[in-house]
Amino acid sequence: MSDLPAKAPRWAIWLPLALFLGFVALVIVGLYRPADRNVASALVGKSMPQFDLPAALPGRPGLDSKVLANGKPHLVNVFASWCIPCRVEAPQLGALAKAGVPIEGISVRDTTENLQGFLQTNGDPFQRIGADDDGKVQLALGSSGVPETYVVDGKGTIVYQHIGEIRPEHLGVLLEKLKEAGE
Amino acid sequence: MIAELGLAALWLAAALAALQLVSGALGLTERGAVLGGAVRPVAVVQGGLALLAFACLIYVFSVTDLSVKLVALNSHSMKPLVFKIAGAWGNHEGSMLLWVTVMGLGGAFVALVEKRLPERTMLATLAGQAFVSLGFYAFLLFASNPFERLSPVPMEGNGLNPLLQDLGLAFHPPTLYLGYVGLSIAFSFAIGALVTREVGPAFAKAMRPWVLGAWIFLTVGITAGSYWAYYELGWGGWWFWDPVENASLMPWLAATALLHSCGVLAARNALRAWTIMLGVVAFSMSMIGTFLVRSGILTSVHAFAVDPQRGTFILALLAIYIGGALVLFGLRAATVTEGERFAFVSREGALVVNNVMLSAILGIVLFGTLYPLFAEAMGAKVSVGPPYFNPMSALFAVPMLVVLMVGPLLRWRRDKFGRVGRELVIPAMLIVAAGICVLVLGGVALLPWIGLALSVGLGWASLLPLKGRNLRRTPLPIWGMVVAHFGIAVALFGMSSESAFSVEKLVAVRMGEVTQVGPWGVKLDTVEPVAGPNWTAMEARLLVRYGIDGKVTRMLPQSRSFWAPPQQTSESALLTRWNGQLYAVLGGEAPKVDGEKQSRWQLRLWWKPFAPLIWIGGLLIALGGLLALVGRVAADVRRIVAKDKIAYRREKQGR
Amino acid sequence: MKRLIALVALALAAPVFAQEEQSTAPYAYRQLDDPAQETKAQDLMETLRCLQCQGQSIADSDAPIAGSMRSLVRERIKAGETPEQIRAWLIERYGDYVSYAPQLTGLTWPLFAVPGVLLLIAFLLLRRRFSAKGAGQ
Repeated sequence: MSDLPAKAPRWAIWLPLALFLGFVALVIVGLYRPADRNVASALVGKSMPQFDLPAALPGRPGLDSKVLANGKPHLVNVFASWCIPCRVEAPQLGALAKAGVPIEGISVRDTTENLQGFLQTNGDPFQRIGADDDGKVQLALGSSGVPETYVVDGKGTIVYQHIGEIRPEHLGVLLEKLKEAGE
Repeated sequence: MIAELGLAALWLAAALAALQLVSGALGLTERGAVLGGAVRPVAVVQGGLALLAFACLIYVFSVTDLSVKLVALNSHSMKPLVFKIAGAWGNHEGSMLLWVTVMGLGGAFVALVEKRLPERTMLATLAGQAFVSLGFYAFLLFASNPFERLSPVPMEGNGLNPLLQDLGLAFHPPTLYLGYVGLSIAFSFAIGALVTREVGPAFAKAMRPWVLGAWIFLTVGITAGSYWAYYELGWGGWWFWDPVENASLMPWLAATALLHSCGVLAARNALRAWTIMLGVVAFSMSMIGTFLVRSGILTSVHAFAVDPQRGTFILALLAIYIGGALVLFGLRAATVTEGERFAFVSREGALVVNNVMLSAILGIVLFGTLYPLFAEAMGAKVSVGPPYFNPMSALFAVPMLVVLMVGPLLRWRRDKFGRVGRELVIPAMLIVAAGICVLVLGGVALLPWIGLALSVGLGWASLLPLKGRNLRRTPLPIWGMVVAHFGIAVALFGMSSESAFSVEKLVAVRMGEVTQVGPWGVKLDTVEPVAGPNWTAMEARLLVRYGIDGKVTRMLPQSRSFWAPPQQTSESALLTRWNGQLYAVLGGEAPKVDGEKQSRWQLRLWWKPFAPLIWIGGLLIALGGLLALVGRVAADVRRIVAKDKIAYRREKQGR
Repeated sequence: MKRLIALVALALAAPVFAQEEQSTAPYAYRQLDDPAQETKAQDLMETLRCLQCQGQSIADSDAPIAGSMRSLVRERIKAGETPEQIRAWLIERYGDYVSYAPQLTGLTWPLFAVPGVLLLIAFLLLRRRFSAKGAGQ
């Protein structure tokens, strides 16, 4: 009995090539659409989580999330004295504060002395500063790094999240979002 | 001057690779047959030149010639010599140069010693090797020249990532690269066989030692890498399923499958197209893995030398080589039959199960590693980690290990379970007994439980092929198989035990305070500053004691601060006993609680029962490979010598 | 002498590290007193991704944010939440990225289908390979 030696089916022979082409396509997409390494908060469009942070500096109120729902739009800036990009964005925050934008600060894993030093050198645009010493409010906000800036509308809903330092070219977008939030 | 010499050698080597490709390809035709004679010598010289270029790079690194850009970017004059040398390949350009050097040397080696196959197949193989090398030479010369000069010459270099300044890691990449690139030879053999349509036992026998050699280096490299991550990252983890680790695991899985299917092809002339396919896949996985790591397309803890721009260049190379090889495979494989048939219950059947399962695990690892990239293309972010990889790979690994207990006992072609069933009674009982024991101990998760039970039975079953044999006459390859399979049982036991029984203790202690971790008492004696060549550290002296009346031993974990570049690392201290390892890490100073005078220090302590078996098992697997390799090569040498003798006698008689 | 050099070097290095993150998260480097709860917390932490270290779980990381996350996990476990509730809370904030254990969703189902597909391919390939009669002839 002559049992013809088996051959692999045709589809199987070309399967590896098909898989490889799929891989190449995937990687080309990955290479030419540079990966966004930032982890955006999934809370954008939802209301601000409830928190009540103690004052980070003597003589300056802490930050209670209820304040954010007082009918006016706010900027909430997550920052820290140990964060170098925070120094880069300080002039832009100063400009926003001068333009009358209420800026609330959440200082993450910081100490009073370091914070004081930081504000002295870099300017102090904050109305209130809450001390998030254990980083829990940062996590509640869905913030994965410092600095991050949230635009919150008058009802306490997060409408926009800016990740990383605010550079001069970002001011336009932030003001726009603030304006939208105020309407 | 030395840098220019290196660059010149690199250009010459590239030119010779081109010559090797052309003369090898023309040598296959009738008119160009005379060119064929040039291929082997050219391959040897090419390898030598690549080695010369690499030696030049090591030289500029060892004298810290800061006028070379690569040195300035990656080295520092205040660094121990061994890390200066290791710095040569701890970066992108240097590691690619290492890659082509190993490829060149591999090709040279094949050209020198491989005489078994028909010369046509050898020409095609060496031409294939040159073709692959050529792309990497082009990549080095056009996109990542390691010898580029820098002007003005900086005063000092940037230094090497402190995590990499570790003896184990210094020699980890070269080992892995020997494995990755060693597989290029299997790839070239597969190409050669496809071009000349000569696929058979002779081809498998010729390819097997090369695959074995590469596989040994891969095994050692992965084992060493895992141990490095274990003691250097300072959290007691030894495998993270992180893209870089997966990149080294995938070629290993493919090479392991290839090794076993090679065995079937060599002994039984079956699984022909499949073996060729695996030969292509194994090296493809090496290249894909390197690409994934080098391009920075997947982020990872271990990705130290990352560059997105160059990714495109490597991707083009991948598309040419892997795509080309797979097209060739598609065109030719239709004419390659699968060879001899066999029953399901047979040695071949067991090896097919092994191959299917290994390939499936490879598929899972590849898919899981790439999936986040796919999700990102869809506009979402997902993470795939241990909770996915562990159970999914176990899904295939467990049946494979069960078959591993039976397979080596089966006969070729066809067999009956009834014949081997009696042998397996003891392992089966061991598995049940171990399973019940662990169940009684309680608190062990499903996977470690399976692992513990299985490893005991597998340990026994793996030794069964030696039963009834004269141990002194047992051929080395059999010993190799037994040792490697036993190593799998050992490693599996270590992994399962580590995951089932590890005890963790995080404490903040004052000087003189004693804390308990598992059976150990640990006392913090002192914390003092110490200085190294390019770092300072706080060093804790721990006095540890096993049980109540054990001997007191010192452990010295450090928290190091490097200054070039500034970075902190924790140097864990390990204390190994026959039944496990105590792992100590010094953290920072604990924040003082109100009214406290004496400072407290953070300690992280782990007692990991039988954890060292993970790496001992890994080394046993590699040792098994080595025994098999020595056995095969010795047999080949004997055969060649005998052949030469016969030829010599004939010659004499003919006169 | 060596020790002296080290002291001087540490003193010189000190200003660089003065402005480090200072977390007060209570359970970043402290275990829960109840071993059963600690095991639960540890198992969960090993499956959560450290957001700044890209490629490490929070159980393997020295990054301060990982410390904050560990503390959050332990405190919530202590308060009686289940690991899956905590995971869901984090996913609500950071998306699926934060969890190493992919959830079965419209986007991730292929991950879970792959083993089946692989087995199917193997079956199709091998279906005709084995002949019951061994070598056949």
